[in-house]
Amino acid sequence: MDYVKAFCVGGLICVLGQILIDKTKLTSARILVLFVVCGCILGGLGWYQKLVEFAGAGASVPLFGFGNTLARGVMKEIDKAGFLGVVTGGLKASAGGITAAIVSAFVMACIFNPKEK
Amino acid sequence: MAKHIGKQSMEFEKDISIISTASTVGTKEGEGPLREYFDVILTDNLFGQESWEKAESKIASDNLKLAINKAGLNPSDISYVVTGDLLNQCCGSTFGVRGLQIPFFGVFGACSTMGESMGLSSVLLESGGAKYVLCGASSHFASAEKQFRFPMDLGTQRTPTASWTVTGDGAAVLAIGNEHPYVRRITTGKIIDMGITDANNMGAAMAPAAADAIYQHLSDFGFKPDYYDVIATGDLGYVGQKLLIELLKEKGIDINKNHIDCGIEIFDRELQDTHCGGSGCACSAVTFAGMLYNKLRHKKINKLLFVPTGALMSPTSVQQGESIAGIAHCVGIEN
Amino acid sequence: MGKEMTKEKYSNMVKKASPGSPIVTNCIKAFVVGGIICCIGQFIMNCCSVFGLSVEDSNTYTSIILVVLASLLTGLGLYSKLGNFAGAGSIVPITGFSNSVTAPAIEFKKEGFILGLGAKIFIVAGPVILYGVLTSIVVGIIYYFVS
Repeated sequence: MDYVKAFCVGGLICVLGQILIDKTKLTSARILVLFVVCGCILGGLGWYQKLVEFAGAGASVPLFGFGNTLARGVMKEIDKAGFLGVVTGGLKASAGGITAAIVSAFVMACIFNPKEK
Repeated sequence: MAKHIGKQSMEFEKDISIISTASTVGTKEGEGPLREYFDVILTDNLFGQESWEKAESKIASDNLKLAINKAGLNPSDISYVVTGDLLNQCCGSTFGVRGLQIPFFGVFGACSTMGESMGLSSVLLESGGAKYVLCGASSHFASAEKQFRFPMDLGTQRTPTASWTVTGDGAAVLAIGNEHPYVRRITTGKIIDMGITDANNMGAAMAPAAADAIYQHLSDFGFKPDYYDVIATGDLGYVGQKLLIELLKEKGIDINKNHIDCGIEIFDRELQDTHCGGSGCACSAVTFAGMLYNKLRHKKINKLLFVPTGALMSPTSVQQGESIAGIAHCVGIEN
Repeated sequence: MGKEMTKEKYSNMVKKASPGSPIVTNCIKAFVVGGIICCIGQFIMNCCSVFGLSVEDSNTYTSIILVVLASLLTGLGLYSKLGNFAGAGSIVPITGFSNSVTAPAIEFKKEGFILGLGAKIFIVAGPVILYGVLTSIVVGIIYYFVS
């Protein structure tokens, strides 16, 4: 059942992105920024976490989930460390994804050359 | 001496003969409908080089040499080389021409470069100040994408109005002579900007410039559209072609019957997933050096109006919200 | 052009002549591919919980594994093909973020390891991290004063 939920919710979030691309001619970079910022706001309001609890990876894998992680990280850190958490919480919570992305990108860049489409 | 005709045109007195052409294209172009007309088809678009940019320069260098060889000449016989490309500061041409040691004029007209270089080469010959002039233009799909759009491996979707930059180089050797075909007249285009900002719809940005240049050419010389067997625009693609025909119809000119577009000719839209058609400096250059020159030589075409079209912009100007300006140059070629 | 052709009139002509994106087929493709990527994520998460990891740690592991996989596919030249097919279906998941980091890193390494690979690696990731962190700080400040 959790796979059905993940498939449907994750798929629908992607459809939302596709409609934005086709209707507004936004580039993929802008879509990524938009989704992370929206996810962060929805996460701050506490709404997105409800969707994550319902759909699991269907909500956490799309970039909304990345924004949600940032927001939740900040709020958790504030509870623990007070005002300092405002500054340290976001990147602390998302460090795994960001570090994995830049390190694996570096390794791949060392191994592979660009390929024509 | 050449005569200034009408508002924007020039008619040549001497017989400016196109004595040879050469075309080198990438793998995708080599699978397209025009493959039989090209001299060299690459099997690897890196061409044994380290980067796309170096590959483009090598393509240009080899193809320019091929054009000289096909004319039965040596690089030292050539008075001037006039070439251009899409890369920043015309580096594709610079490093392509570097080894030839021929006096060099680098030109930029975006995808209209072949028209600009051919026109200026003709002027050089008409002036009497040159014996043989080599003109050409090059582009490379990957180096253009890298500079103007996104890295190769970024997973983005191409829009239906996007065009595909042609990889290759087209070149021609011009001289005063008695071998057909001849460059008879040129019309230099004005910059026409109708406020298009979508960098994925170049055809729409260039169509008004093509319409303006063709209209000006025909009215400067007092020709009817059917004076030419073929009117070949550079890289308007399917959308641009539709707009061009419509724009000219509003001015009472019908080119529906004799118009072709190099961007449409060079790829098979259905089989090759190229959406709106080919583009880039090489699109009109290789189509001319390949198919059109072949048909002129074999008298399947006797009067050709060659109209390379260009979209003038830079990644910076687009990011700053500046619109995309169009330009087109007409070159009247006859047997 | 002649006096009668205005930018507005031309812009309407262009709209009429330009084919629109096949939005329905694009959305179906995005739905299916995006859904599958999320299911793979769900599978990794379920595996993590088998090993007794907390929900948050499973989430992080899922992100890391998906990011590395997408990065590898990008290096092999397969992710751009997937992207051309799936559109937002492969842009919106975290794998799309990974692709947008790896693709420029590979493309610009010819311009050197510092200003080529090193600087251009962030052409898409940079704005994502910048505006994500900025928003999180605003969220944090509001949360601090509200709670």
